[in-house]
Amino acid sequence: MKTRAAFLILLALSAPAFAQGGDTPGASTNKARPPVTSEQVYQQVCQACHMADARGGKGAAMIPALAKNPKLEEPGYPIGMILQGRGAMPPLTDLLKPAQIATVVTYVRTHFGNSYKKPVTEADVKMMMGQ
Amino acid sequence: MTTRRQLLTAIGMMGGTAALYQAMTTMGHASETQYKGAPDLSGARSGASVLVLGSGLAGMLAAYELSKAGYKVRILEYQNRAGGRNWSLYGGDTYTELGGATQKVGFAQGHYLNPGPWRIPHHHRTLLHYCKAFGVALEPFIQFNHSGYVHNADAFGGKPVRYREAAADFEGNVAELLGKAIDQKALDAQLTSEDKDKLKEALRGWGMLDQDMKYKANLFSAEHRGYDRPPGGGVDGAPIASQPFPFRDVVSSQIWKNMAFFMNHEMQTTMFQPVGGMGMIGKAFARQVQTMITFNAKVTKIHQDKAGVTVTYADTASGSVTEATSDYCVCAIPLGVLNQIENNLAPAKKSAIAAVPYSNSVKIGLQMARRFWETDDYIYGGHSFTSQDIALISYPNYHLFEDGPGVLLGAFASGAGAYRLAGMTPEQRIEAALAQGSVFHPGTYRKEFQTGASVAWSRVPWTMGCCARWNEETRKTHYQELVKVDDRVVLAGEHASYVGCWMEGALLSSLDAISRLHKRALEA
Repeated sequence: MKTRAAFLILLALSAPAFAQGGDTPGASTNKARPPVTSEQVYQQVCQACHMADARGGKGAAMIPALAKNPKLEEPGYPIGMILQGRGAMPPLTDLLKPAQIATVVTYVRTHFGNSYKKPVTEADVKMMMGQ
Repeated sequence: MTTRRQLLTAIGMMGGTAALYQAMTTMGHASETQYKGAPDLSGARSGASVLVLGSGLAGMLAAYELSKAGYKVRILEYQNRAGGRNWSLYGGDTYTELGGATQKVGFAQGHYLNPGPWRIPHHHRTLLHYCKAFGVALEPFIQFNHSGYVHNADAFGGKPVRYREAAADFEGNVAELLGKAIDQKALDAQLTSEDKDKLKEALRGWGMLDQDMKYKANLFSAEHRGYDRPPGGGVDGAPIASQPFPFRDVVSSQIWKNMAFFMNHEMQTTMFQPVGGMGMIGKAFARQVQTMITFNAKVTKIHQDKAGVTVTYADTASGSVTEATSDYCVCAIPLGVLNQIENNLAPAKKSAIAAVPYSNSVKIGLQMARRFWETDDYIYGGHSFTSQDIALISYPNYHLFEDGPGVLLGAFASGAGAYRLAGMTPEQRIEAALAQGSVFHPGTYRKEFQTGASVAWSRVPWTMGCCARWNEETRKTHYQELVKVDDRVVLAGEHASYVGCWMEGALLSSLDAISRLHKRALEA
């Protein structure tokens, strides 16, 4: 795993504290139960952009497909994406705990035409977070 | 004695309008916006040309003002519609999101969903100015309705209560507690005995406390929280007070969050909406710049050099590729999209473009056969808040009292709730919105439902997100680089402002961007 390199990158980042801005619903009291299983995390978070079939989408720009994506071979890549975001994709650390990130990365690496069998652990994620 | 007006006139004559503005600000006037009136773009060189990328409000305002100043302007737009995120969906419209799901909107004539912006603060003066200039009729947006419901799964046994009841109980209990603290001498170090008397009088009047400084079921508290039997006429005219909720429930309901929400500068009344849907603003702007727009143009490359700017674009229908050239460029493309367009902008600018993620948000419109919230619940506009994913339902501020159908906003989700709703099919979203919204109107919500439409901003093909999400760190590192004129190119949009995610931010950014670009053009 090349997580060490990614870890060094992450060390340079401070925790993202997003200021509430713009028009908002007005309560921020969401009490819905957070997703637990890998499938739930995928469906309730990732799927919003990457789609149910993980094929992403294409419009004025594109949302990359996770299906059959050779970049997923290196687990540090998807973990880093979730921790740091890229472009329009925000870091998801305010929504997902390390265990949820580990389980969904494992899920995506073994579904949608990907078969990178080795599971990603909570410890892997925490290491990349510098914990 | 010199009147304030005379003083201001004198300052205006001596120091010009900037000094006048400064003085007015100091005296407590004109402090709510940075809008300073029309930009000064005088002296443009004849024949100088500008390419504007994107026909959202920022792009169209740039085009309008630059062309008025004498520039030759052309706009490239990805969609077949101008207006960008300023947008309304009406019956007969078709919308296809990323991933291919297509919705045919079935709302009755005159009803709509505003997927993006939907309310305008009274101090967003740039927007109000151009609405007036371009003939957009505005009407009040009912922002604050004491009769709306508040629902929190952790309070009141999961039953919704009226905002007025929970808010009155919160204030009444806080007033009573503070009164106790005063009587128990807990505040003696901070307050003189005269202060204490004044504050206790204030707490009684504000919190509706009785003479013993208690918040109780009586006709004082009922004046704020409502009655079991309201005042009437004749024999049974005498009102009956209502019983306050247990304070523990009031605190658990987090009603303070809703109360604080209404205190936000951007959320304070009066608010407005265009008659006929928010999209009327985009349409009015588009009428001013119609002849300049090339639709269905997907920008694929932005290149600048000593000679000028070259923008490559593909026709979204035919795929045919064209190059457009100009002396200057105002790029009003959302950052998430721009980040994927090949360009030779300065490295620091590229880093800034890549550094700002976008928020998600989901809005769902539900058409109901009759306006039961008005007839059955006495709710006329405003919102009911919930701790479920939909976050709120908001009642329409138009066609009040009519017998026919009404379209209410069945969800304005953000964060985790919005991701969850966005991941669903349009049909599943409607089902979730009906299930969750039923908490407020059990029995009627599903029964009266006719048709719905939803927009998940993370799947909007032309923005791939709702709004730019800056934080303190990215502001410090990237904001100035983002807004800086880069040789012949300048960026504009809500993302290039501190009024992020509001139309006002897009317009203020645009006026500032073209003013600096014009200065750069004069120096060339």
